[in-house]
Amino acid sequence: MISCILKTKHNIFFAFLLSFIVSFGAFAQGASEQAEVATRGVEPGATEGASEAGAAADPAVLDAGEALFKNNCAACHSAGSDVVVGPGLQGVTERHDEAWLLRWIKNSQSLVQSGDAEAVAVYNEYNKQAMPSFAFSDDEVKSILAFIESGQGVAQAPAAGPEGAVAGENVGQDAVGAVGGYLDIILVVLIIVLIVLVVTLLLISSVLKNYLNKNRQLDAYDAEIVNQRFDLSKIYKSKAVRTLVVLIFVVVLLDLSLDKVMGVGIQQGYQPRQPIAFSHKIHAGDNQINCNYCHTTVYKSRSASIPSANICMNCHSQIKTESPEIQKIYRAVERNRPIEWVRIHNLPDLAYFNHSQHTQVGGIECQTCHGPIQEMDVVYQYSPLTMGWCINCHRETPLNTEGNAYYDNLVKLHEASSKGAFTVASNGGTECSKCHY
Amino acid sequence: MVVQSVLSATINYKLLKVFEFSRYNMQDRIKYWKGIEELENTPEFAKHAHNEFPEFLPLNESKSEGSSSGASVTNTKRRDFLKLLGFSVAAVSLASCEAPVRKAIPYLNKPVDLEPGVANWYASTYYSQGDYSSILIKTREGRPIKIEPNPTSTLTPLGTSPKTQASVLGVYDNNRLRTPLIKGKEAEWEQVDSQITSALNSVNGKVAFVSTTIISPSTKKLINEFGGRFGNFEHVVYDPYSVSALLNANGGVVPGYDFSKANIIVGINADFLGAWIASTPIAKQYIQNRKVSSDNREMSRHYQFETRLSMTGANADVRVPIRPSQEATFVAALYNSITGQGSNAPEGIDKKAFDAAVRDLRANRGRVLVVSGSNNPAVQTLVTAINQTLGAEGTTIDPASPYYVKQGNDAQMIRLIEEMNAGTVGAVFFYNANPAYDHPLAARVASGLKKVGLKVSFAERVDETAALVDFVTPDNNYLESWNDHEPKRGYLSLTQPALSPIFMTRQMQDSLLAWSGSNTTYYDYLRNNWRPLATGDFNTFWEQSVHDGVLENGASLLAVNTAVINPMSVGAALSAASSSSATSGVEAVIYEKSQIGPGNDINNPWLQETPDPISKATWGNYIAMPRSMAESDELKVVQGDIVRVTLANGTALELPALIQPGQASGTIAIALGYGRDLESMPVAKGLGANAYPLITVSDNALIYSVPVKIEKTDANSPIAQTQTHHTVMDRIVVQENTLAKYKEDPKDVTEYVRIATHDGPAKPATISMWDDYEYKDHHWGMVIDLNSCIGCGACTVSCNIENNIPVVGKAEVLNRREMHWMRIDRYYSSVEHKEGEYSKMEDPADNPAVIFQPMLCQHCNHAPCETVCPVAATMHSSEGINQMAYNRCVGTRYCANNCPYKVRRFNWFAYFDNEKFATQNYMMNSDLGQMVLNPDVVVRARGVMEKCSFCVQRVQLGKLEAKRERRRPKDGEIITACAQSCPTEAIIFGDMLDPESRISKVLVKEQGERAFHVLEEINTQPNVTYLTKIRNLA
Repeated sequence: MISCILKTKHNIFFAFLLSFIVSFGAFAQGASEQAEVATRGVEPGATEGASEAGAAADPAVLDAGEALFKNNCAACHSAGSDVVVGPGLQGVTERHDEAWLLRWIKNSQSLVQSGDAEAVAVYNEYNKQAMPSFAFSDDEVKSILAFIESGQGVAQAPAAGPEGAVAGENVGQDAVGAVGGYLDIILVVLIIVLIVLVVTLLLISSVLKNYLNKNRQLDAYDAEIVNQRFDLSKIYKSKAVRTLVVLIFVVVLLDLSLDKVMGVGIQQGYQPRQPIAFSHKIHAGDNQINCNYCHTTVYKSRSASIPSANICMNCHSQIKTESPEIQKIYRAVERNRPIEWVRIHNLPDLAYFNHSQHTQVGGIECQTCHGPIQEMDVVYQYSPLTMGWCINCHRETPLNTEGNAYYDNLVKLHEASSKGAFTVASNGGTECSKCHY
Repeated sequence: MVVQSVLSATINYKLLKVFEFSRYNMQDRIKYWKGIEELENTPEFAKHAHNEFPEFLPLNESKSEGSSSGASVTNTKRRDFLKLLGFSVAAVSLASCEAPVRKAIPYLNKPVDLEPGVANWYASTYYSQGDYSSILIKTREGRPIKIEPNPTSTLTPLGTSPKTQASVLGVYDNNRLRTPLIKGKEAEWEQVDSQITSALNSVNGKVAFVSTTIISPSTKKLINEFGGRFGNFEHVVYDPYSVSALLNANGGVVPGYDFSKANIIVGINADFLGAWIASTPIAKQYIQNRKVSSDNREMSRHYQFETRLSMTGANADVRVPIRPSQEATFVAALYNSITGQGSNAPEGIDKKAFDAAVRDLRANRGRVLVVSGSNNPAVQTLVTAINQTLGAEGTTIDPASPYYVKQGNDAQMIRLIEEMNAGTVGAVFFYNANPAYDHPLAARVASGLKKVGLKVSFAERVDETAALVDFVTPDNNYLESWNDHEPKRGYLSLTQPALSPIFMTRQMQDSLLAWSGSNTTYYDYLRNNWRPLATGDFNTFWEQSVHDGVLENGASLLAVNTAVINPMSVGAALSAASSSSATSGVEAVIYEKSQIGPGNDINNPWLQETPDPISKATWGNYIAMPRSMAESDELKVVQGDIVRVTLANGTALELPALIQPGQASGTIAIALGYGRDLESMPVAKGLGANAYPLITVSDNALIYSVPVKIEKTDANSPIAQTQTHHTVMDRIVVQENTLAKYKEDPKDVTEYVRIATHDGPAKPATISMWDDYEYKDHHWGMVIDLNSCIGCGACTVSCNIENNIPVVGKAEVLNRREMHWMRIDRYYSSVEHKEGEYSKMEDPADNPAVIFQPMLCQHCNHAPCETVCPVAATMHSSEGINQMAYNRCVGTRYCANNCPYKVRRFNWFAYFDNEKFATQNYMMNSDLGQMVLNPDVVVRARGVMEKCSFCVQRVQLGKLEAKRERRRPKDGEIITACAQSCPTEAIIFGDMLDPESRISKVLVKEQGERAFHVLEEINTQPNVTYLTKIRNLA
């Protein structure tokens, strides 16, 4: 009988071991997948998928075109075929000849006024929305056209825009979700197995005790061992245990208070009510409006800038005009009083942060710091915005040196002296005066 | 062993004497000193010199100023301590609960060309009281925050004057008028317009428009058109510091001086680098042929004969003190010697120097320039004759292009004052004019105004004159205005507004147009006036002109009154000059401080706190006197004793005495502009005394020197001088040599310290305990040419504005706590003969040589400050910049104690948001003033160290722009504020790793010749290099 019991115990043990290995494996897999997604998100991926599409054109021209397009055109035009404010520009060079495009881009209104049939048609088609004139040189316009022609903008748009981030985020969440469900089942099974195990062991112990007391002649010494009683008060009175408990209590308390103190001034998760219930989910998520369309200076300035009411009116002069929230914008315009948004991301005065350094030069996605903004109905502070958080990123993130002549020599020097990645920190990115002056 | 001694040298200079100097190239050692107290090494000076921070000073001032900054530190009682403790605990717990809600308020309708966070630049022009600069205005979010020179201009492409730099604050002055005033009461423009128009319609008598010099062609035209409808109209022009005699002797204009073409310059009481006429364009010309290199070993020789030690005199190669009463005889003697009618130096003037000047002038015909700041018609007639005789016309004086920056006519103004008193003036307008203060006949102006029917002032604040008029119709600040300028014939420039008017002010020209019943705006008037200049499409031309800020195609618009009243003949001048006799008593000269001018910008705290180039005094005027006079038995004063000055007619003023080396014996000097007692100028209120009454009116001319009686009073008042603050002890920090030596061997003009080692003398940098930094990306550095620095202080003001440096006020300057990151050290020097007994031979303070040295953080590669900071708040960057992290600093001040250059500053107080500094430091303490702060630089808190950062915000921005455009930064793109504003290009900033940069080329060229590091022997390896000053001694 004993052997039989032992055998079952063996089986249970094996089952336990097996399930443990399986679950750990699954968990590890999930973790590595997550890590991969994370690095992919952080890496400046903007240039990756693009190079194949526009292989023919000079990359320098394309780069220039891309920069000009992003800063000047992307607010109203997509490089694909979808209409934002103005038409999608895919195939625009086939629709119109270059000379006409040059004139149109430099000063569309004069072209319309001159009565050019083509121009008037375009003007009327898009609700007589005048396109501002641009003081570009011919070469600059041609570089933009080359960029559009290359199709890079289309290939890139998902990566640059919120859509790419949506995809990336979903991949990460799906993986976590899948692994998470699996883990729950394993956990429940494990707990049941453990309870069964404990009960079984207790049964065995009592059976053995009874057996020994009844069937064997035990001397006093053995009997004492067999009939040993578990005395709780002894543990309770033990100095060592008391010290340990006190110690653990103190450590936990200290840890908690330190955590709390270090958290003073950190507003991670700060989600104030805004004067207008603006939803980033509707704009950036569902309608996929490029961040740059509203935050116009995000590639040019230290400030990303909160859009002025006239930017809202670009669309909302026609869209959802009856909504009470949008009425608030009308009222602001009528009263000539700007909208007072509540500032969510508050960096102290002593820290200098420049958006264009990170977006334009570093190629960092908005979501890297601002989180899944395209899913936020009400925006909250996603990152802690602490110095440790900044520094950490500077230590880990490789510099976006590709195609930037500023870094050419530095990359060479770095490769000659070090095998590690050329991170922001290895170019002096953790020095005081980079952010504090 | 050797290394040890190098380190200890940082502690005591005496150890240096064990070092083997490579050369002793001077028989007699030059002794440098910053003030009399240092020269004499008084016990008090010695005691303070050893302390970086004057611990002897009370932290809680009770005597100097009434208000206190909080709980007393020394008298804290136990209960107070507990209260403070309780309060701070409560404050901390409160603060930790919830961060305050901050608002982010975007534009309602964003202007098209304005991006938040990106600076916009507008070309414009600054002109005030003879000081002219073509400028670029930097605006952020529509607020002007900085002024830089306009490189498109050929007159002032390099830098600006200190006044120009500081003028950006004027628009944010809370004491400007917010509405027009009618008899001192706030009014609406409609009321003002209707009342003035009706008053003008019934005007009885002469209509006078009084202004200081106007160089705007359109404004002048408009004024004349405005006056055209009155039967009796006169536009009266006067200058507070008049050059009437100069104008009269030169056909009504300031001659078109070109100092860059002169080999020999003789200045006679003319502070042409300071405050005389158009100092910025002249400084640029002057320095052009005083820059030397081994390829070009020629430079001009500058003689200066003057009474007070001016900034110009400090730059002269040969300076001779003369008394004002000797000026006429001196000029007459000079004229006679030049024309060969006898060559005797007048009595009492250094004959050697006089003869040398005459010899040089005669030997360099056609390449000479003689200028005089005198307002004596005889002197100016003779100076013009001398220049003509020596063939200056056509070379060093361009007759086709005179300066228009001063046009004041003394006689005209005096006549108007008499007419006002006679009651024949029916209406008077004051534009940029304040004769009730800045004219010697101010009292007569006040009495005359009572008899004038219609009195209008366009003053921006209630100044002395505006307080006496019926209507004050405040003019816009120049940053809010449209205007044009012609400082020199053929050089036009435009002023464009950088922001809309902040207050309910209106540009003077628009007011005139409104009162003439015209519907056009001045902007349209201006455009129309420029229409004839256009070649091709006018709009294109206009846009281009506004964009460039200047139009220098030779076109001229300004009409100047060139009628000369009674020109003096040379003969008459000669006899008048020769017959003038020297006075034996004390003579006073009245002068303009180069940073204060005649006193119209007196409410600007930046200018008040910028030390005078020579006396290094701030916040007020004083009586500068030579040491011989101060120590004379009749007077016996020490610095700060109040002295009473009395004129023969009984006019008197009292001011503290300042002992000024180089002041001619038997003379005193008093600056204009002070002694204001108006609520509209709180910054200047109560500072100094008004010296305008000391100017005498003789023969319809203003004379700026006068015999006086002086006597000591019992009172005293300390002068806030910075000269011996932050002294560098007795170490050799400046280097100079003669042109003769430089011509002989450029490698022999600079002393290089060598350290004795077993292997012979070695450069200090080769013996080091520290590892060197490796620079890969950039290595920022600066070269300062001591030969080019004229000591004007534009860099100091520019640095203050760029870096949000607080103004601390007179009391704190007296406590030696000024915050300037950059200062200009002014050293007097005298030759210390080997015997060391110069006291027997001559007084070194009689006429010392002067050398200026801009001093700022040297960004040492082996920085002594970095190693002593206990919290690593100051450290080295990978680009060679010595960084300072303010929020890591805990204020131990070890770094400052260990800095051999004394360039670190400690924030003793919170200078912002502080009642105590609300007046002097209003740019940090009022909502309006704060608009001028640089949003890219943090305002430092109390208790932290700060210092020059090499304008790291500009470095970072420049790099970012390059990165955004995917290229390397271009040389000259990244430049510090001091280098950008220097009118003589004395400061070069750049990347020393870029072999093509200007700084690299200069360093390569000057290595071993003029380039030296200050205190090289202590092996701090600075990134700032100085170039030895070369003097062209006679």
